[in-house]
Amino acid sequence: MYVSMNWIKDFVDLDGEDIEQLIQRFTLSTAEVEGIEFKGRNVKDVVVGEIVSCEDHPDSDHLHVLKVDAGDQVYDVVCGAPNARLGIKTAFVKVGGQVGDMKIKAAKLRGVESFGMCCSAKELGISDDHSGIMEIDPSYANGTDLKTIYPVDDVIFEVDNKSLTNRPDLWGHYGMAREFAALTGKTLKELPVKESDYTGDAEVPVEIRNKDLVFRYSSVRIENITKNVSPVEMQVRLYYCGMRAINLLADITNYIMLELGQPMHAFNGDKMSKIVVDTPKEDMKFTTLDGQERDITTDTLMIWDGDVPTGIAGIMGGLDSEIVDDTHSVMLESANFDGVSIRKSASRMGLRTDASARYEKTLDPEMTMTAVKRFIRLLFDADPGMKCTTNITDIYVKKYPELTVSFDKKFIDRYTGIDISSDQIEKTLTNLGFAITRNGDDFKAGIPSWRATKDVSMKADIVEEITRIYGYDNFEIKTTLSPIIPAKTTVRRSEEDRIKDLLVKTYKCHEIHTRVWCDPDAMKDLGLTPEDNVKLLQASEEKGTGILRTSMMECLLPAVKQNMNFATEYGIFEIGRTFKGTKEDGTADEHRNMALCLYSKDRSEKTLYVEAVQIVNAIVSQLKHKKAAYAKTECSHAWQHPKNTANILADGKVIGVLNTLYPSVRTKIAKNAYVVCIEIDMDALLEVPAAELEYAQPSIYPTVDYDLSLVIPEGIRFESIEKCWNDLKIKELNKVSVIDMYEALDIKSIAVRFSFVAPDRTLTGEEVQGNMDRIIENLSKLNVNLKA
Amino acid sequence: MKERIDKLGAQFSEALAKVSDTEALENLRLEFMSKKGYVSDLMKELGKVPNEQKKEVGQMINSFKQEITERFDTKKEELVKLQEQMLIESAESYDESLPTDYPCGSYHPITLVQRELEDIFESMGFDIEDYSEVVTDFECFEGVNIPKFHPARDMQDTYYLTSANQLLKSHTSAAQNAILRKYGDALKKDGRPIRAVFPGRCFRNEAVDASHDNTFFQMEGVMVDKDISISNLIYFMKTMLSEVFGREVTVRLRPGFFPFVEPGFELDIKCLNCGGTGCPSCGNSGWLELCPCGMIHPNVLKLGGINTDDDPFEYTGFAFGLGLTRLAMMKYGVKDIRTFNDCDLNALSQFIG
Repeated sequence: MYVSMNWIKDFVDLDGEDIEQLIQRFTLSTAEVEGIEFKGRNVKDVVVGEIVSCEDHPDSDHLHVLKVDAGDQVYDVVCGAPNARLGIKTAFVKVGGQVGDMKIKAAKLRGVESFGMCCSAKELGISDDHSGIMEIDPSYANGTDLKTIYPVDDVIFEVDNKSLTNRPDLWGHYGMAREFAALTGKTLKELPVKESDYTGDAEVPVEIRNKDLVFRYSSVRIENITKNVSPVEMQVRLYYCGMRAINLLADITNYIMLELGQPMHAFNGDKMSKIVVDTPKEDMKFTTLDGQERDITTDTLMIWDGDVPTGIAGIMGGLDSEIVDDTHSVMLESANFDGVSIRKSASRMGLRTDASARYEKTLDPEMTMTAVKRFIRLLFDADPGMKCTTNITDIYVKKYPELTVSFDKKFIDRYTGIDISSDQIEKTLTNLGFAITRNGDDFKAGIPSWRATKDVSMKADIVEEITRIYGYDNFEIKTTLSPIIPAKTTVRRSEEDRIKDLLVKTYKCHEIHTRVWCDPDAMKDLGLTPEDNVKLLQASEEKGTGILRTSMMECLLPAVKQNMNFATEYGIFEIGRTFKGTKEDGTADEHRNMALCLYSKDRSEKTLYVEAVQIVNAIVSQLKHKKAAYAKTECSHAWQHPKNTANILADGKVIGVLNTLYPSVRTKIAKNAYVVCIEIDMDALLEVPAAELEYAQPSIYPTVDYDLSLVIPEGIRFESIEKCWNDLKIKELNKVSVIDMYEALDIKSIAVRFSFVAPDRTLTGEEVQGNMDRIIENLSKLNVNLKA
Repeated sequence: MKERIDKLGAQFSEALAKVSDTEALENLRLEFMSKKGYVSDLMKELGKVPNEQKKEVGQMINSFKQEITERFDTKKEELVKLQEQMLIESAESYDESLPTDYPCGSYHPITLVQRELEDIFESMGFDIEDYSEVVTDFECFEGVNIPKFHPARDMQDTYYLTSANQLLKSHTSAAQNAILRKYGDALKKDGRPIRAVFPGRCFRNEAVDASHDNTFFQMEGVMVDKDISISNLIYFMKTMLSEVFGREVTVRLRPGFFPFVEPGFELDIKCLNCGGTGCPSCGNSGWLELCPCGMIHPNVLKLGGINTDDDPFEYTGFAFGLGLTRLAMMKYGVKDIRTFNDCDLNALSQFIG
């Protein structure tokens, strides 16, 4: 919203104030100012000039050669404006003067010398009218400075509309002026208004049928309007504040909207017979005054002329009742509609107007009457022949309750942490329009109607009013006196951190973030479709979008494919949320999962799989000091390999899954690469209690190593081979490690090193051999034999 | 005898001069000093020397022995040095400037910024909390004083779900109610102030472009105790942000409207780039709008079970929100917000820690 300081000065005396500094304070105390523009600073030496001679340019079909009397002397000027003619007075820029970016110099135009320039209103910067040079009331003397005739000089600042969302009172200059009054301690002047001078019984026929969505409707009928052009001052202000002058009646309604924040509508009084406010019985079409046909639903509040729709309440009028230049009578609408309803209608239609933007802030219904009287005032000033032909009709459907807040200085001190005097509290609130009753340090504050629609209702709100005017920059700042009690890192967080560190630092994986919903297009490239799950309400059935992921892999696998050209080998992982449908109570079953994909073109799938196992083992052993176990399982997702999908177990409970890819999915990622997936449910992992770290004093006696080379029959897993020695519970067997694995001519063999040591003695060869014999015996029962 | 010793001496000198490696030197040593060497021979011959000369000749042999031992040692030292010198000269001088191409993993930039902040908050006594991404309408809106018809609750802004009355949280404030409830007892019974931050992923139904994403990270913080004031809030924000940016920052507060705080503020910091004189990164204003904050709204404290209607201001507190995604963009100079969720390893792999 643009604010004109000239306009503000109509209501508060700011003489002697540094305007720029004041606007800075406005930012800190009221709302964010996004920019300041100094109008008229680039207008210099522009005076009233009379065209005392006008001849065609000898060498041009559109230029004129003028003699312009600018008071001090007569200048030769070449001018191309179509309306340049003998006898008119216009805006004349002397040599050395300036309008906008144009600095005027003496120049030769097609061979004729020109000393100065006649300019248009647009060139002067007060309008977008560029149809010709300005034509000025001939009563002004030649040589009069244009700035004394038109309000060219002004300071305009732009306020961020978002910072005004909760301040309905600041959607007009009068409310803004109140802020400046409070900031400077000056008094806010009354708004000049005029009552209807009609003395009869006639009322504007208004009927409010939908009483839920209307707070108040005020109106008056005015006739005998003969003028149709608004005063220049008004036009300039409208233009400076971002609007365009149209005609007298439209300009006054816009002017009042910018001044009071009250949107108004002037119906053509010749066309309108009875104002009805209601929602339509059924959906309908309606053409707004911008010529667009709109779809109107049954919850859109409309204005009707009897049974004929004539406007969308609070948003935009209809094409048929538009005020035209020869309108002589009007029926005025100064109403207050339900803000939420207006916002919803406007956003449904995609039609957000200056009026609807204001209504949706919940305007003060008390304003409607003031606005009508202000309209009468402004119209009368411009067109004294006008006549009110009805009383001011006022239907007040709903009133906001009057609110009073009681508080004392002690409360303010406690909430602010500083000492603001009772006098200052009183003065600030009074200047802002609060009705204050004070007894020493006890206050009662009646909340002004323009703040009571939603903005101010309780003590904390009062604190804000006092402190923002006091200025946060003036606060003495102090630390809290609260005791510092150290916080503990949660296990949950430290587990996430430790897994991330392990994956990044040891396994060189990259952490990524994906979205929580599936991308059906990306999945389609892998021959997959999003699994059935909880959806966004915004989901599109047709496109398959908006379905939440059941597994992180729905998002990670496409990311693997996406990065195929990054390197021949990489790992990507994410800790994020998945959703396993809904729980019994119908709410989404959210899980916190860690997912990792290892991708390689360089290594075999088996090596990759072994590394994945190593990673899982590392996670479980580092976090829990326990050993992870695995159990092959049925596939539960289309991307899993039927043979190599295994549950990951800790303490016998499933905490995740490990798998290679289903062949067709794998080849869709890359024909010559492999991918292995790990997905761990972080909350299941969190529930596994961590064992204490076990420590054993290293023996001072020598270790005896004994290597065996074993031939492994098809289908035997290492875990059953391992039982052959684990079951024997040999105390001195300190460590067993696989030192080699090889496969030749379909024979799988494995070299195992057994390390024996005792804490209290040197083991004898016989002891070790005896143990090894028992192990070999067990192995042979399993048909695992020594390699020949 | 003396001539023999002199002759041997000359022989040794001549041979020693020819020695050029330790092996030859050792051979020479054996030739003279071994049991069958010349010196032993001399000793054997000493027996034949008349008794009265024995002492003199014995001394001569001994000093000869001593002399060649010394010369031998010196020579050996020389040779070792020479050899070392040769080793050094023949050694390759390595090039440290060769590229090493060390493959390493990477953290998501959000993780890095989040960890940094969490460390700061932990050092200030804050609990670090976490919260679900799917929340109820109550948690996200009602519980933080956002009324029924607030625009933020429209479908254009918030992702609602098909599951019962749920949505993807549109701000981390959705955790406030639960956090207040979780720590409320300790506050009221033990006087342990509530101090918690909760980072998390947030979602808004927004068209994605270089500066908007529908998925982003925030970190919200609250502090509640008796007598927490606006003055405390400003002090805390200034201290905390000075830690975050690693230098003293100048803050200013402007009125800002957020339903869950009253009064609410927009907090600006003096532009760290230009120091407040105005530059492109602060839009020439000298200030950067950084984070919303404010005194927790009495309704929020009440709904969180902290205060009752008997004294809606018994406990007071402040809350603040930090845009983790925005901070990460500022910190690393990431121009396009989509970088964070686009999974492009060419970009993300640069964040090595």
